[in-house]
Amino acid sequence: MNRILLFVPLVIFLLMGLVFWIGLGKEDKTSLPSPLIGKAFPEFQLGVVEDGRTLTTEDLKGAPVLVNVWATWCPTCKAEHAFLNELAAGGIRIIGINYKDDVAKAQDWLAAFGNPYVYNLSDPDGKLGLELGVYGAPETFLVDSQGIIRDKHIGDLNPQVWARLKPRFEGMK
Amino acid sequence: MGDIALFLPEIGQTALILAFIMAVFQVVVPLVGVGAGRLWLMGYARPFAVGQALFLVISLVMLTLAFLQDDFTVAYVAANSNSLLPVPYKISAVWGAHEGSLLLWVTMLGLWSVAVALLSRSLPLDMVARVLAIMGMVSVGFILFTLETSNPFARTLPTPPVDGADLNPLLQDFGLIVHPPTLYMGYVGLSVAFAFALAALMSGRLDAAWARWSRPWTTAAWIFLTVGIALGSWWAYYELGWGGWWFWDPVENASLMPWLVATALLHSLAVTEKRGMFKSWTVLLAIFAFSLSLLGTFLVRSGVLTSVHAFASDPERGVFILALLGICVGGSLLLYAFKAPTVASVGRYELLSREMFLLLNNLLLVVMALAVLTGTLYPLVYDFMGLGKLSVGAAWFNTMFVPLTVALVALMGVGAATRWKSDSASRLVKLLAIAAVAAVVFAVVATLVGHGDLNGKVLLGLSIAFWLILATLADIWKKSRGELSRIPKLGMSYLGMVLAHVGVAVSIIGVTLVANYSIDKSVRMSPGETATLGPYTFEFTQAGTIEGPNYVSQATRFNVTRDGEFVALLTPEKRRYNARGSIMTEAAIDVSLFRDVYVSMGESLDDGAWGMRLQVKPFMRWVWLGAIFMALGGLLATLDKRYRRRSKN
Repeated sequence: MNRILLFVPLVIFLLMGLVFWIGLGKEDKTSLPSPLIGKAFPEFQLGVVEDGRTLTTEDLKGAPVLVNVWATWCPTCKAEHAFLNELAAGGIRIIGINYKDDVAKAQDWLAAFGNPYVYNLSDPDGKLGLELGVYGAPETFLVDSQGIIRDKHIGDLNPQVWARLKPRFEGMK
Repeated sequence: MGDIALFLPEIGQTALILAFIMAVFQVVVPLVGVGAGRLWLMGYARPFAVGQALFLVISLVMLTLAFLQDDFTVAYVAANSNSLLPVPYKISAVWGAHEGSLLLWVTMLGLWSVAVALLSRSLPLDMVARVLAIMGMVSVGFILFTLETSNPFARTLPTPPVDGADLNPLLQDFGLIVHPPTLYMGYVGLSVAFAFALAALMSGRLDAAWARWSRPWTTAAWIFLTVGIALGSWWAYYELGWGGWWFWDPVENASLMPWLVATALLHSLAVTEKRGMFKSWTVLLAIFAFSLSLLGTFLVRSGVLTSVHAFASDPERGVFILALLGICVGGSLLLYAFKAPTVASVGRYELLSREMFLLLNNLLLVVMALAVLTGTLYPLVYDFMGLGKLSVGAAWFNTMFVPLTVALVALMGVGAATRWKSDSASRLVKLLAIAAVAAVVFAVVATLVGHGDLNGKVLLGLSIAFWLILATLADIWKKSRGELSRIPKLGMSYLGMVLAHVGVAVSIIGVTLVANYSIDKSVRMSPGETATLGPYTFEFTQAGTIEGPNYVSQATRFNVTRDGEFVALLTPEKRRYNARGSIMTEAAIDVSLFRDVYVSMGESLDDGAWGMRLQVKPFMRWVWLGAIFMALGGLLATLDKRYRRRSKN
C-alpha cells in the first residue's frame, strides 16, 4: 500500500474542519439572526390547508402577524403548539406555514390539537421555507402590517421566548 | 442550608482542578517512562488514573449535592432546577444541560480509565502506560474545556435568585434519568478502543494481541451505545406524545453514527484477531468511531447541527470545540498517516470466505454512517456553499437506509455461516438454501394470516428477518451437529454473535410491522363518547385535574375494550409545569408484546370536549426488544474465556 493513501483521511478531515471553521466565523459576523430582517416577506402564491383557496403575499398585510413554520413530523412543533393556542386565544394573529408536509396530516393535527392559526399556507415542497431561510421547523417570523419581516425566532415559542419577542411584536405597526 | 453547604461547590470546583492536574500527570509521566524505558515511571499511569477519577467523582457528587440542596447560588442549578422539582429529577438535572453533562462525560472517562487500569493485568506495562496516557490526553482537553467555557460551578452571587427556572419538562422523566448516562458511557467507552489503537500505532505493535485486548472494551462500549440509543428512542416514543420512535433528527443521528462505525469496528477486530488482517482499516475505524462520538457529544450540545445560532451565541465555546476536535482527530489521523503499516497483510483469503463477508459488512456499515453524516451535515455545507438553507427530511434517510439494511442482512445470514479463508459455494447452498426458501414462505404466510393482504414492503422486511434467523439456526444446527447439549460448547463469542444477530432480525420485524401496519385517528371526543380504531373501542369515561408536585395536569380517562372484553384503563394527561408555564403531553400506553395501544390528549375544545389522538401500533416493543438482544449478545461475547487469559510477554 502507498503511504500517500494513508493521508487521505487526514486531508478529508482537514477540509471538513475548514468548512466548520469558516461556518463559525461567518456566523460570528452576522449579529442579525437572518439577512431577511427588514426585508419584505418573500412573494408566494400557495394553497390554504383548511379550505384549499389560494392566497398571496398581499393577504398577509394589513395587521402585524406571527408567521409560524411548522410540520406534523416535527416533535418540537408539537411541544410549542399548546402555547400557540394560548397566544391565539389572547388575540395574537398567527399564520401558519405547513412546511414540507402532507395536507391531510396537517388537517388531522389541527383537528386534534386545536387551530391557533388564522389560516395555514401549505408549502409541501418547502419552496417558501427555502426563501425564508428556514433551517428546520419550528421557526417564527414577526411580520408587520406592511409585510416587512421584523424579527425571527428559531426553535419553539414558549413563555420565556415570548417575553422577549412580545415588546417587539406590540411595537410593530 | 448550613454554611458548610454553601462551600460545597467550591470543593467541587477545586476537585475538578485537581483532576485536571492529575490528568496532566497521567499523560506526561507514563510517556516519559515509555520514552526513557523506565518501568517505574510507566507504573505511575495506574495510580494517576485512579486519582483523576476520584477527584472527578468528588466534583460530580458536589454538583449533585448542590442540586439536592437547591443551592441557587450556583448558576447551573438555578437554570436547571427548582425547589419543587422531585428528588430523582434533581439528580438527573445534573446532566440536564451542557455544563453538567460535560462533567458527567469526563467523570465517565475517568471511570473507564480506572477500569482499564484495574483490568489490564495481562497487558505489557508499556502498553498500559500508552493507553492510559492517551485517555489522559482526552481528559485534559475535556476538563480544560469544562473549566474554561462551561464551568458548572459558576455562581450567581451576589444576588442569587429565590427559586430556580426548573428543569426542562421534556427532561422530567425516568427515560431521561437513564438515557444520557448510558449513551455517554458508550461514547466515552469508545475512547478505550481509540486509545488502544493509538497505543498500537505508537508502539508499532499492530497485531492479533492488540486486537484481542481491545475487542472486549469495544464490545462493552458498543453495548452501552446500543442500550443508550434504544432508551432514547423509547423515551421519545412515549414522552413526545406523537407516537414516533425515530425522527432522524441531528441528536439521534449523532448517536447512530458512532454506533454504526463501532459495529463495523467490532467485526473488523474479529478479522484482525483471528487472521491478523485489515489492521490499518481497523485502526482507522477505531479513530473514526471515537471521533464521531466526540462530534456527537459536542456538536449536538453546542447546537451547530440543529441551528448555527446556538453555536454563535457563545463563539468561545465553538472555537474551543473545534480546536479540541481538530487536535484529537487531526492528531490521530496524522499519527495514522505516518505509522500505519503499509505492508500488505500476510494472510490470504478467497472470494468466498468469512473475511470477504466481513469486509462487505464493514463497507455497508461505513456507507450507512456516511449517509447519516451527509444527511446531518448537508444543510450546513449547503449553507456554506452559499446555496441557501434547507433541511433533510426523514424520507431521504429512509430511502438510503432501507436498501442498505436489506443488503447488510442478506449478507449477514451467509457471512456468519461461512468459513475463514475459503469456503465452497455448494456447501453454503446446501446449508442455507432451505433457510432462504423457508424465510420467504414464512413471510408470505405471516403476512397473509396476520393482515390478510400482501404488502411488498412487509414481505421484504419479514423475509430478510426470517432469513437471518433461519440461516443462523441452520449454522447452529450444523456446528452442534444437531445435538442441543453441544450448543453451550460452541463458545460464548459465537453464542453472543447468534443472539445479537437474532436481535437485529427482531428489530427489523418490529420496524417493518410498526411502520406499515400502525393505525391512528384524531377525533373530537366528549366525556361519555366512544370511538373505535381497528378492533379497539375507546370509551371516554371522565375528565379531571391531577395535581403533581411541580405541575397541574388535565387528565382524561379511557376505558379500552376489544370485542366487549376489557383491555386497559388509560389516563393520558396534559401537564402545565408551574415554573416555566410550558405544557407537556403525557401519553397513556397499554403495552403488550404484539401491540401498543396509545392514547394522547390534543387540544381542549369547547363544551369539555377534547381532540384526542388514538393509535394502535403492532409489534412496537420488538424494535427495542431486538436492541436488548443485541446488547445481551455483546455481553455474552465479552464474557468469552479467551479475554481473561494472561498473555505471555
